[in-house]
Amino acid sequence: MIRRKSPLSPLLQRGEPSRQYGFGHRVSCLASPFAKGGLRGIFFLLVMLLGNAAMAADFTIGYLQLQNDPRYSSKHTFAQYLTQPLGRPYAGAQVALKESKFHGSAVGAEFKLQQVKGKDNADLLAQVDTLSKQGVHFFVVDAPAATVAELAAATKGKDILLFNISARENSLRQAQCQAHLLHVIPNYAMLSDALTQYLTVRKWGKALLLTGASPEDVQLTESFERSAKRYGVKIVAKRIFELSNDPRHRSQNNVALLTSEADYDVIFVADTDGEFARGVPYQSVKPQLVVGSEGLAAMAWHWAWERHGAPQLEKRFEKQAGRPMRDVDWAAWLAVKAIAEAVQRSASTDFAKLRDHLLSDAFILDGFKGKRLNFRPWDRQLRQPILLGTHNWVVERLPLEGFLHQTNNLDTLGFDQRDSNCKF
Amino acid sequence: MKYLRPLFALPLLSISLLAASPAFAKDTGYIFVSSEKDNNISVLDAKTFEVVKRIGTAARPRHLQFSPDHSKIYAACGDGAAIDVIDVAKLELVDRIAGIEDPELFDISADGKTLYISLEDDGALGILNLDEYFAKRGEKPDLSVAEPAPPGETSEAEDDNADDEEEEDGDAAAIPGLKTVEVGEEPEGILLSPDGKTAYVTSEVANTVHVVDTASGEMKANIVVGNRPRRFALTPDQKELWVTNELSGEVTIIDPATNKVTQSIKFLPKGFRAEDVTPVGITMTRDGKTVVVGLGGSNHIAFVDVASHEVQDYVLVGERAWNVVLNRDNSTLYVANGLSDDISVVDVASRKVTKSVPVARVPHTVLIDD
Repeated sequence: MIRRKSPLSPLLQRGEPSRQYGFGHRVSCLASPFAKGGLRGIFFLLVMLLGNAAMAADFTIGYLQLQNDPRYSSKHTFAQYLTQPLGRPYAGAQVALKESKFHGSAVGAEFKLQQVKGKDNADLLAQVDTLSKQGVHFFVVDAPAATVAELAAATKGKDILLFNISARENSLRQAQCQAHLLHVIPNYAMLSDALTQYLTVRKWGKALLLTGASPEDVQLTESFERSAKRYGVKIVAKRIFELSNDPRHRSQNNVALLTSEADYDVIFVADTDGEFARGVPYQSVKPQLVVGSEGLAAMAWHWAWERHGAPQLEKRFEKQAGRPMRDVDWAAWLAVKAIAEAVQRSASTDFAKLRDHLLSDAFILDGFKGKRLNFRPWDRQLRQPILLGTHNWVVERLPLEGFLHQTNNLDTLGFDQRDSNCKF
Repeated sequence: MKYLRPLFALPLLSISLLAASPAFAKDTGYIFVSSEKDNNISVLDAKTFEVVKRIGTAARPRHLQFSPDHSKIYAACGDGAAIDVIDVAKLELVDRIAGIEDPELFDISADGKTLYISLEDDGALGILNLDEYFAKRGEKPDLSVAEPAPPGETSEAEDDNADDEEEEDGDAAAIPGLKTVEVGEEPEGILLSPDGKTAYVTSEVANTVHVVDTASGEMKANIVVGNRPRRFALTPDQKELWVTNELSGEVTIIDPATNKVTQSIKFLPKGFRAEDVTPVGITMTRDGKTVVVGLGGSNHIAFVDVASHEVQDYVLVGERAWNVVLNRDNSTLYVANGLSDDISVVDVASRKVTKSVPVARVPHTVLIDD
């Protein structure tokens, strides 16, 4: 991943994301110069050769995303659903890059981000392959679960580490887990465990479960069912909602009907999209609280968190992005920070050394949530406190006092070693 | 609790009085505690711990320090973008250094003429020449104070003021007498070497102690320490610089002669796990034999023997114990407990908490005028 900086290389490395995207294309050119335009490919080769002649070393981190990702459609981000992104998280990685200007100084490395926008999974994979051949080992991956799984499976056994920053699906940590796939974003099991711990302490022991039918919603629902069983919350009824106005389906699309004829303390809405969930509060038959995807939600980050230096990070992010920071932004930030931390601590740019340190118990990451964070060895999930937030406040940080674990209380959230089906 | 002021302070009196009416310091015996959320400094009687006065300041006062002659207290007000100046004799806010964005901790030169300030938002060390500032700043800024915010409210009036200030004054560089040195993000602890030639600055984000030449503003060294380094203590012989590291739960010891890390001390009070231990505050006894460290989230302070680097005692105090301060004869230690809104009073000889005194919301720093 070390590349030499030349007077020409800033043309390729710096500047707007769109320019970096252009670089992505040049990479493709290099991969198949005759197919896509030989001259540009040759120009690029020339730049690479000149580049190798000069002084300070760049440490390039790949940043992968899809050109079309429905999670970031303008309609979706405009709606500001409680648990959904407000925009692409690349700004988080940029903030981390600025924070890391001293981390590489001992080894003379300067961190750079290489943003790659893939047309589809195959295109992303091809570009990863190209960058990997150029010595890039670390990739921040902002993609839906299916893409993450495909990328991870295809890069297995290579000198690569992938940092999943936006796919919360449990399956990626269980059956589809990979030794080189690290998860910075919490999984659904961690989020629902956090929320359920809180329900338990509040003695809100009866939940009405409303769930969508999408595969993502099913994963979230299964997570909540698992947590409810674990912490003794009773699910009094499970009802499938439908986002429609069809009067023939009113028992599924009408919140009043969905929430009638049951005795419950809270309504848990499992809606990974958010559009249905936002309409549930104040529409239920009973005045009970809404939790899950609306009302009170478990999150990796919340702009209103005011301890552990969080306001300073939030300020830096908002300056960069012009909007509040959400989970995925935080995860993008922390993924880059993790790589910088590894370089600083191991005083090396050697991939094997960095990987070993990142995955070791000695690894300490500062997520601005007060606890030292590191990766669980059994499924590569980053253990971390979870915040329980409303639209404008953080009600609690989890795990709550009294939820104890034999080695690390953070492991009361999500898949502990004995719950893990992951086999590398 | 009255003790004689050392003689060396006397010559300084004549040159370090800068603002308002010169008032000769007297040992009031008062305890001053800043409150981040009530936007004031509580003044307590050291014997009865009764509140004598609450001095309103700009929003979010944090670090406090006396001028070398104890006639003034400087208070870094993070959200109010100001360093407020309190007259110790009058117990009043008498002046304000306005337009300093998010000051956190600072140190003062021995002659009282220069402030070294960590500018959290700018990722910079600010070096402020006070004579130049007061000579050139023009009008004295408005001394309006932030409301002692009732629960749930922030001090909007003061925030608005700060915003206005920003628009008028532009960036921090426009403040007369202020030079800045770029350091890692979120600078926090600042310590000026006794000869005034070197400033040590922690960067919480860069896990680094920056060593800055104060005359040239040049960075002489960047020392990688633990995770989230916070504050300093220097042994009287200047052979060991101790740095607390909040997230890795350790104190790193640096040799200032070589700028190399020589040792690290870990803490583990009974019944806690390593990840609960978050050292922040640190102070050293006058004789240089003992260091006291505030262990934050583990609600303990630690007494450490300087010669052996061994932890001698852990003492249970309030919640999130950060700032630790000794009185002049080192018989009493005060601990600011940020999450239980009180200070613990510790008898140093017996190493027992004798009292815990409710103060105000989120106490940050304790100062004793003795």
